[in-house]
Amino acid sequence: MKHLLSTDGLDPATALAILDTADSLKKTLLGREVRKLPTLRGRTVITMFYENSTRTRASFEIAGKWMSADVVNVSAAGSSVGKGESLRDTALTLAAAGADCVIVRHPASGAAHRLAGWLADVGTSVVNAGDGTHEHPTQALLDAATLRDRLGSVDGKRVAIVGDVLHSRVARSNVHLLTALGAQVVLVAPPTLLPVGVADWVPGLEVSHDVDAELPTLDAVMMLRVQAERMHGGFFPSAKEYSIAYGLSEARARMLPGHAVVLHPGPMLRGMEIAAAVADSPRSAITEQVANGVHVRMAVLYHLLAGEEEGS
Amino acid sequence: MSLVIRGVKPYGEDPVDLLIEDGVITEIGAGLKGDEVIDADGLVALPGFVDLHTHLREPGREDTETIETGSRAAALGGYTAVFAMANTDPVADNAVIVEHVWRRGREVGLVDVHPIGAVTVGLKGEKLAELGTMAKSQANVRIFSDDGLCVADPLIMRRALEYTKALGAVIAQHAEEPRLTVGAQAHEGETAARLGLAGWPAVAEESIVARDCLLAFHAGARLHVCHVSTQGTADVLRWAKGRGTQVSAEVTPHHLLLDDSRLTSYDPVNKVNPPLRTATDAAALRAALADGTIDVVATDHAPHAHQDKDCEWSAARPGMLGLQTALPIVVATMVEPGLLDWRGVARVMSERPAEIAGLPDHGRPIAVGEPANLTLVDPNGRWTVHGADLASIAANTPYEGMELPGTVVVTLLRGEVTARDGKAAR
Repeated sequence: MKHLLSTDGLDPATALAILDTADSLKKTLLGREVRKLPTLRGRTVITMFYENSTRTRASFEIAGKWMSADVVNVSAAGSSVGKGESLRDTALTLAAAGADCVIVRHPASGAAHRLAGWLADVGTSVVNAGDGTHEHPTQALLDAATLRDRLGSVDGKRVAIVGDVLHSRVARSNVHLLTALGAQVVLVAPPTLLPVGVADWVPGLEVSHDVDAELPTLDAVMMLRVQAERMHGGFFPSAKEYSIAYGLSEARARMLPGHAVVLHPGPMLRGMEIAAAVADSPRSAITEQVANGVHVRMAVLYHLLAGEEEGS
Repeated sequence: MSLVIRGVKPYGEDPVDLLIEDGVITEIGAGLKGDEVIDADGLVALPGFVDLHTHLREPGREDTETIETGSRAAALGGYTAVFAMANTDPVADNAVIVEHVWRRGREVGLVDVHPIGAVTVGLKGEKLAELGTMAKSQANVRIFSDDGLCVADPLIMRRALEYTKALGAVIAQHAEEPRLTVGAQAHEGETAARLGLAGWPAVAEESIVARDCLLAFHAGARLHVCHVSTQGTADVLRWAKGRGTQVSAEVTPHHLLLDDSRLTSYDPVNKVNPPLRTATDAAALRAALADGTIDVVATDHAPHAHQDKDCEWSAARPGMLGLQTALPIVVATMVEPGLLDWRGVARVMSERPAEIAGLPDHGRPIAVGEPANLTLVDPNGRWTVHGADLASIAANTPYEGMELPGTVVVTLLRGEVTARDGKAAR
């Protein structure tokens, strides 16, 4: 694997290999006093974040550091990006400065694909940490890892993704990955928040506008954040109406089967798309998602940067 | 000084010799003699092409195209007249700018450059530009357009349609309802949804075309619809023409050939406005051009600097080069599949555009006494497109590396060779 740009087209064997690596890294680090592996010593990883992010950036940084890579953070503010330098020039500059891997988050869909093209001659790996409303592949991988932990496997499980699918890179990445791993995915949203032609994305993808009808059938439900700007964009009449129709209230959570898991990619709007009591309940795997995020990102860096040593 | 074009096939029909004297076809026959001879054995003669929609970027973006380089591209593409869009910097919304463009075109002399005037001051859509002054200027403006932007306000559009009736001019509308295309990046459909690109829905075009057809009908005015891109627009046009609306329409070569499946690379060379639609739309556009619902092919030739395309998709400017690749794409999409014969090509690339623009000396029959504005085409020629080799300063062609059928061998403007064997006369 040279880059991780999307889960669309990621073959299931590679995805499972990443998840297995994440698992073994997790076990290796469990209970250790010094959580540091020498695997990526001497490798340089640069994070380029053109959007505000706390958790994803920290997660990648920790992942790199626990693998002993040198991690450098470049943010759009305070770098030459703010002086109008093009994404291409910034990337080529960082690659020339010795980056083995560039982790990029950018508001433009496709930015990571463009970077991979520009860096093809240099040989630098690119990880997509979220591009516009396109994909966020490591989020989907960590969600899959969490589902495996809780449910034993992803294969054959029924998973609903509820909320603003239209603008969600998390939803796109999860649709492709979870389906590839054998899950039955159902998207639940008002029609205004569903992309045109969404049902044709992958064979068997289901679409619903009725969250109550879906809940009793699910093994997992993933609640998406509703961004403030959508509330003013006429996508739905009011936050209250959205919350009533699609929010995961305590009453709704009781409609889930006993084993079903609640996921949220964060940051959460408690009381909006998810009730605080549900987010903090035992069926919520939200903090495990964050923990798995580090292990999955370690695994991704391992497969990208240490891949040749294992001969894959 | 006389010129004989030997053995050429007008409209692809029986070969003849054409004698040209003082810019006029003076004799058609066999074994004609002249001071100079062009051996045109196997070539098809067509009336010189007329492009109703091109961006020559002068004044303002001479780093991407000038009237001189654009004229070269036009001559090499077989064009003898082009209409230069008004969205320059400064905007061509007054007599000074349109006369400058017209004069520079004459100085270069490779193609008749006709400026299009802006409909509204600064393309802002708020206040009519001085249409009458531009019409009566030396530039003799006959087409007005805010292209790049839509005249979205229905009252401004109504007034513009009404007002131009007295000028013998036509409004060319870039049909895009702005409220439906906020932030739009790609055709709203499965591909854009997968790629996470904000959608530019077909209905944003179709609703404006429907509205404008109704307004033009109501005003008894003429309307020209720029770059039709959807099947639905073709349906609306068919209906409007059926009830007697004075509406004409153009389609670009790229909307005939390309579709949004190309977007998966995120390479902005494929970014254009209106966006590449689905393969179904492209097929419907080809059918609509064949049956006359869409009147003409216009290039929407839009040069852009390298840095404005070599970037992330959303930061890139929309548009693609088109003058030198138009005929080959019409050959590939219309002639080779049997949708148009060479008479049909003459109609959509020369005769109808000249008629819409009111150009008396272009789009004329190949006949004795007619001006020798001619394009000689090798129907069996094939060439591979390289952006760097095109005459434009910019190189943003979506056809890079593509082998296309049909080559323009000679272009004649009033009997003078403006391009021959891939080289412009100057």
